[in-house]
Amino acid sequence: MYKKIICAGFGGQGIMVMGKLLARAAMDEKKEVVWMPSYGAEVRGGTAHSKVVISDTQIASGLFLKPDDCIIMNRPSFLKFENLVAKGGTVIINSSLINDELKREDVKVIRIPATETAGELGNSKVANMVALGAYQGVSGLVSLNSLCDALKLVLPLHRHGLIDINIQALKKGAELVNECSS
Amino acid sequence: MKEIYKKSNILTDAITHYCPGCGHGIIHNLVCEVVEELGIMEKTIAIAPVGCAVLAYDYWKFDTTEAAHGRPLAVATGIKRARPELIVFTYQGDGDLAAIGTAETVHAANRGENVTVIFVNNGVYGMTGGQMAPTTLLSQKTATCINGRNAKRDGYPLKVSEMLAVLDGVCYIERTSVHNPGAVIKTKKAIKKAFQNQIEKKGFSMVEVISQCPTYWGLSPVEAVEKIEKDIIKKVPLGVIKDV
Amino acid sequence: MSDKDKKVLITGNEVIAEAAIRAGCRFYAGYPITPQNELTAYMSRHMPEAGGVFIQAESELAAISMVFGAACVGERALTSSSSPGISLKQEGISYLAGCRLPAVIVNMSRGGPGLGNIAPGQADYFQSTRGGGHGDYRTIVLAPNCGQEFFDLTRLAFDLADEYRMPVLILGDGVLGQMAEPVKLKPGIKYEPAHQKKEWALTGNKTGKPKIIRSLYLGQGVLEKHNLELKKLYDKIEQEDVRSESFYVDDSEVVLVAFGISSRICKKVMQEARKEGVKVGMIRPITLWPYPYEIISRAAAKKVKFLVVEMNMGQMIEDVKLAVGGKAEVHFYGRTGGEMPQEKDIMEKIKQVIK
Repeated sequence: MYKKIICAGFGGQGIMVMGKLLARAAMDEKKEVVWMPSYGAEVRGGTAHSKVVISDTQIASGLFLKPDDCIIMNRPSFLKFENLVAKGGTVIINSSLINDELKREDVKVIRIPATETAGELGNSKVANMVALGAYQGVSGLVSLNSLCDALKLVLPLHRHGLIDINIQALKKGAELVNECSS
Repeated sequence: MKEIYKKSNILTDAITHYCPGCGHGIIHNLVCEVVEELGIMEKTIAIAPVGCAVLAYDYWKFDTTEAAHGRPLAVATGIKRARPELIVFTYQGDGDLAAIGTAETVHAANRGENVTVIFVNNGVYGMTGGQMAPTTLLSQKTATCINGRNAKRDGYPLKVSEMLAVLDGVCYIERTSVHNPGAVIKTKKAIKKAFQNQIEKKGFSMVEVISQCPTYWGLSPVEAVEKIEKDIIKKVPLGVIKDV
Repeated sequence: MSDKDKKVLITGNEVIAEAAIRAGCRFYAGYPITPQNELTAYMSRHMPEAGGVFIQAESELAAISMVFGAACVGERALTSSSSPGISLKQEGISYLAGCRLPAVIVNMSRGGPGLGNIAPGQADYFQSTRGGGHGDYRTIVLAPNCGQEFFDLTRLAFDLADEYRMPVLILGDGVLGQMAEPVKLKPGIKYEPAHQKKEWALTGNKTGKPKIIRSLYLGQGVLEKHNLELKKLYDKIEQEDVRSESFYVDDSEVVLVAFGISSRICKKVMQEARKEGVKVGMIRPITLWPYPYEIISRAAAKKVKFLVVEMNMGQMIEDVKLAVGGKAEVHFYGRTGGEMPQEKDIMEKIKQVIK
């Protein structure tokens, strides 16, 4: 297994944390991982993405342009990545902020109202975790437990009060996928 | 016979390279006397500049490091922060402290680094052949302003001590001179205070010493000290600029 | 999993900072510049916890001079920056070399010249390996290519700096600095005030005989004598401290030569090529100075072809050519301006080279 994932959205949506949590959870499942933030003088509101590679064997470069799977949280990122996802890949789309249809037959598209769902849970900032939970649900790449356990290692101490709601969001995301696919 | 003057024990026996009538020798001796009297020789670190005093470590027995031109106060910061128990002083000329090292000077002062600065101001670059310094006075002639410093072309003399005095990190600044015995005594007092402040952890202390450079002022040693009395200190008044 | 084998997911920038503290570094001065800001930020939080000094300096010039000051009194000291900032630090690096002071300098290099960009670059190879500042000197240059190596080589950098009393450079790039990988953090050394073991460090004159740290040597032949002492030191380092990694050199048609992040891309290319039956090997210099001339020279004698891959317009290739000495073909593939070489492009170049 050698999986390249991009998490994309705007600065402030927790895009870096999303990728880092995925990488950390995979690492704790004894996988080789690399996490990479996007560059740029990118700040709150600008587009941002983080890249994750998860592999069974040693990762040589960890660098890539085209992801296997993509979690897309806003429209500018959708326009940037919709055509880059590899054939056969999975695309999670935050349908709360993206109305566009992905006009490709060769990828699996999961539309999740991540921002709305997060709002219903009580904090729209955990939309990233709803989407990541959905990705977990569809890919099974790591276990939901590993993601939940990794939160305390990835979130800074002053955010540890938010671990519970992040867990709820991850679980909700995974559930939503199961509902969609059943 | 009563001994009225002697060389500090901290000075070495080396013959200095300073020109006849230069103020550096007097100022070296004053720093050494002060350190001796305060009994802090064994924990004092000196930072020698680039400029006429570049070889100061040949003339005194302090543990000494050189610093790149303009950087003595950054080096002092590194030493003092790493070993706060040491007494650290820089010995710098006007080019070093007030031109190429302005940023290091301003920021060390602004951080309130607990160090002592001996700022020797003779208004000219001596080591490189008498070029204009940031503190060269208007109409003063130097190798790079042969018709005298012209404000329109060269800007104004930099009022370093006054500039630094407005910074909150600075605890003491005094301008003194060494052009007559009375002035020398006052300078020694000021240097002592600047070291005492450091011992008492009061913060950044600087003594600006107006010093004579007969060679590049184009004067005899006697004319040079007269110039300080009659001309320079009228334009750059001596005294305490800040003491908190 | 026992504690001993536990790994953390940490960026290259942060792991250097952590490794430095664990190596007994208790002084850091730096100035903000992308892409190494995580290192400075990490130090600002963790150096005070370790009882050390953190200073955000007013400039790179000041930061390296602060490190110079801390080194004078025997402290293990670190500064970090990226390409344009490293240019400014060259003044201080030259003084450190001239004064025989140990210090570690990190360059997370980016695209240049000038302000360039903030994408990863390897265009500072010449500057890093040829001394960098004015005068006749060298610095040891370590070029890690992954998080674990950042940790291990940072500790080595401090040890080498102290052993040889000279500045040691760690050369990374924007990708390696910002990328997070699993790293095993080895326990730290017990901190002992380093100056107690450094008889040359300034302590205040307690013996009557002053200690002087200087790089100024006037008079006929005096500086030459000092520089020849440095040369002796550099010769010893070239004998004893060359580090590199080789793959399939004895069974290759084409040997890739690459360092840092390029070497990771090349390694992948090498693996893919070998799957296709193309005999590709690789030599990765880990020390860029001293350079592994000998290992390249030995490979050249076997009539392999070399393909040097760099993120610049061709800098390390000059060292490869020196090592090869005309005995084998040396080809080049590079990207510049902060761009990364792509695997397929390197593969294509390999095929051209073989033809």
